[in-house]
Amino acid sequence: MEYFPFVVVVWILCVGLYGVVTSRHLVHQIICLIVVQSSTYVLLLGVGYVTGAVAPYYFDVPVHTPAVDPVVQALALTDVVVEAAVTALLLSFAIQAHKRFGTLDPQELASLKG
Amino acid sequence: MTPAQRRWVSAVGIAGLAAFYLWGLSGLPGFGDYPGPYGFIVLHLAVKQTFATGIVSAVNFDYRGFDTVGEEFILFAAAAGTGVVLRRLRGERERSAVDEAADRDVPATSDAVRMVALLFTGPVMVVGWWLTSHAQANPSGGFQGGVILATAFILVYLSGEFVVLKRFSPVALTEAVEAAGAGGFAAIGVAAVPMGLAYLTNYLPKGQFAGAVSSSGTIALISFFVGLEVGAAFILIIGELLEQTLLIRQGDR
Repeated sequence: MEYFPFVVVVWILCVGLYGVVTSRHLVHQIICLIVVQSSTYVLLLGVGYVTGAVAPYYFDVPVHTPAVDPVVQALALTDVVVEAAVTALLLSFAIQAHKRFGTLDPQELASLKG
Repeated sequence: MTPAQRRWVSAVGIAGLAAFYLWGLSGLPGFGDYPGPYGFIVLHLAVKQTFATGIVSAVNFDYRGFDTVGEEFILFAAAAGTGVVLRRLRGERERSAVDEAADRDVPATSDAVRMVALLFTGPVMVVGWWLTSHAQANPSGGFQGGVILATAFILVYLSGEFVVLKRFSPVALTEAVEAAGAGGFAAIGVAAVPMGLAYLTNYLPKGQFAGAVSSSGTIALISFFVGLEVGAAFILIIGELLEQTLLIRQGDR
């Protein structure tokens, strides 16, 4: 099971991508995109994990206790927050698309002229 | 292309991607066998060098500070973009909040919701500030704290009306706070340059005890500004999205 987390990464990515491609609703499509992005968190945290190690905080454990890689955690942390803001931006595009074209189906939107 | 064709073509493509991706990932060291050395070097040096016991914050706001400036400005741009995309378009005007479906039976905000929201607003605010100001000690920091600070304002909205939220967080003030947060981070970095140091060098005194609130120099300060930026950005975004319900297109009625 040493590689199981990485299989999960691929699974999440592919499920999300399939959702993005076949989606019939913009909000659903945006959520699928978030699913795709979530796979990167699992990948980052999976790469940095050390068996039997503690979280990289030396507040109440002695310094030099083995800990997991803090660098990938820092990457995942900022990414989560930034992703939430980017999602809001995408959703506001969806609102404007609906106002303008009266539909949220990406396949109908593609056949409309802007 | 019909939806069925689209589904099959994409399924083939995704299966191919999955195969190559798995193949690539199988070349990585197994789960739990992190080979280092970067993470281990940071772990060994961070407490000594930065006097922060929260190593993730030390990485975020010191070792990889430059990267975090970029991330923060993505957030800034996304919040600004939401405001621009949701601006009032030609042919739209604002109206007072009215119910779209007048025949629908809308329950008033119950006293329970109002009470819980009001009860939690203060404590959530405190937790937000606590997280924002303890980046150097434990698993907290400006990013997490900022989101929780914004939550306090959403509780205000839940407990009352949209108008109340607007009164508690006027757009001009929130924008100023957001700009101060984003600019403050950049300015702390720039301030190192006239001293002959590299951008975002941790030049402030690091304090006496690792993990104390006053320790870790610029890490704590940057975390504070990030908290302001993130909190204000989310309040702005949520305000913009809520405001959409108050817009109507001309000709609708």
